[in-house]
Amino acid sequence: MRLLGAVTVTAILGFLLLPALVVTLAAFNGRAILSFPPETWSWRWFVKAIEYQDFQLGFRNGLIVTAWASSIALVVGAAFALALERYEFRFKRALETVLLSPLVVPHFTVGLGFLILAAQLGWARGYAVIVVCHVVLVLPFVLRSVYISLRNLDPRLELAAASLGAPPLRVLTTVTLPLLLPGLVSGWLFAAILSFNEFTASLFVTAQNTQTLPVALYNYVREYADPSMAAISVMYIVVTATLLTFANVFLGLGKVLNVEHSR
Amino acid sequence: MATRPNGGDIAVQLDGVTKRFGKTTALDDVSLLVRRGELMTLLGPSGCGKTTLLNLVAGFLMPDGGEIAIDGRRVTDVPPYRRESGIMFQQYALFPHMSVAANVGYGLKMRRIAKPEIARRVAEALALIKLEGLEDRKPRQLSGGQQQRVALARALVIRPKVLLLDEPFSALDRNLRASMQVEIKEIQRKLGVTTIFVTHDQSEALSLSDRIAVLAEGRIRQLGTPDEIYCRPVDRFVASFVGDVNVLHARLEHIHGATAALALGPARVLVPALTLQGAAPGAMVDLFVRPEELRVADEGTPAAVCGIVAAQIYQGGHVDLYVDVPEAASGRVLIRVPGREGMSLWPAGARIGITLAVGQGDRLQGCGGRGYPKWARMNVPA
Repeated sequence: MRLLGAVTVTAILGFLLLPALVVTLAAFNGRAILSFPPETWSWRWFVKAIEYQDFQLGFRNGLIVTAWASSIALVVGAAFALALERYEFRFKRALETVLLSPLVVPHFTVGLGFLILAAQLGWARGYAVIVVCHVVLVLPFVLRSVYISLRNLDPRLELAAASLGAPPLRVLTTVTLPLLLPGLVSGWLFAAILSFNEFTASLFVTAQNTQTLPVALYNYVREYADPSMAAISVMYIVVTATLLTFANVFLGLGKVLNVEHSR
Repeated sequence: MATRPNGGDIAVQLDGVTKRFGKTTALDDVSLLVRRGELMTLLGPSGCGKTTLLNLVAGFLMPDGGEIAIDGRRVTDVPPYRRESGIMFQQYALFPHMSVAANVGYGLKMRRIAKPEIARRVAEALALIKLEGLEDRKPRQLSGGQQQRVALARALVIRPKVLLLDEPFSALDRNLRASMQVEIKEIQRKLGVTTIFVTHDQSEALSLSDRIAVLAEGRIRQLGTPDEIYCRPVDRFVASFVGDVNVLHARLEHIHGATAALALGPARVLVPALTLQGAAPGAMVDLFVRPEELRVADEGTPAAVCGIVAAQIYQGGHVDLYVDVPEAASGRVLIRVPGREGMSLWPAGARIGITLAVGQGDRLQGCGGRGYPKWARMNVPA
């Protein structure tokens, strides 16, 4: 039984890591085809990927969109989470359902909807529509993350601070926000990763000059099939892993990912 | 409400305070005066409104009716951060992201006091609670008792006009609880800080308080010193909530002035007549007797009631005898016998006679309200 369990776990982990492994090996292929395993080894696809103009532009666009989208989603999500956790009001359930609905609505639908809307309003060529679209898509994740941190925050801490002479704004800055920090950072981080990787909806709402990296990759792969795609993927993995490692070192992944009681 | 400039010797004044949550009334027209420097306990079962009352004084809740004043200043709609009350919660609510020193100094920092002065007063407060040297620890690195001391120091360092304690001992184990009670009482007396203490534990209330307000269903049932509450409870609820009590069926013989005579078996018992107003001679009434006021009758002497020992519980300094007695309302009485002899003298199954320790015929002259024999009593509800 033990052996069977170990084999199962290994198999599952293997399947999780297999695509990343295959792509990584393919990225170092010396020949101009996507094949596995590579016959000769080379860094040249990395160089090509970095030097390719559409990828550079896509990376830059992606950073701009991600920075705005995840930050706006953080502020909006935190405000809604606070309202949902602290206050009782009519249509609370309905609001919660609406806020979490992007989880069940396909990205395709969201992207198409925003495309039609943006065309009507005449801002189909700008960043604004992409940012708004991404905010909507990542909001549920930020909301949940902050909401869980709030649930674990003992309201008596805020009462104690108030009784010690702290006006509401100082309670917020000295007690509430510092204790919510892990939740806020993890919410922001998830939002950033999701936004930077988002493809389906982005395909609809980006234009040639505003396309994000996944869209640029898609456009590239429609015409070429060389390993620079794989090289980009490897860089993606490395950057994301580095970000998460930093988050782990400075905040503790346990705190970022889990429910932890702060008492 | 009259607000005197210096408030006289009244530290906290509640005047007809009412608080409702939806359809339930948590506090119903409660008035209470807390004297400067006294330790006032709000005692009652859960849901009686005692915590609501504390939250109203702290300013965490706003009353639906009535007025609250602290130190003679009307604070009914003053927010908590301008009330200068120090509160200590059951789970201490220490700020987990701050050191001990930062926790204790928090209130001073909010008052924009200069850093050296904060450091001096924090050190002073930590010395008071005997936690010098732990300034840089985080709360989670402290034991329960230490956390509680830090919470106390944090509340006291701002020199609050009133200290509010919300069930502060219920999270501590038994031994620690007793020593913390003594310590807090000592500190409270040393600093002379007016304190409102909320608890559901009657023994805690009796041992710590200057005065106790017993609450039930949003009203104050009785307000008095621990001795008054224990020895002269005003009604059935207070008598049975504070301390152990036996309820015996007795017959009212007559009421003479402030004194009523009851017949319990062959014995005659004199009690204050106040709670028996309107009862006719011959009516059956409930006689409330504390366990330590019952005695096992000596062999051959007349007993008020007789019964069979059901169980004996050894308590170290005394023995609790549970005796099946038909005259008791619950069918059983509890007798508290000092010393250890009870264990061997009256084993389970023994048939014993029971007498009342005080209040026999010879005490008749002494009855006059104060200094009364220790009975609680009242009508049997029809």
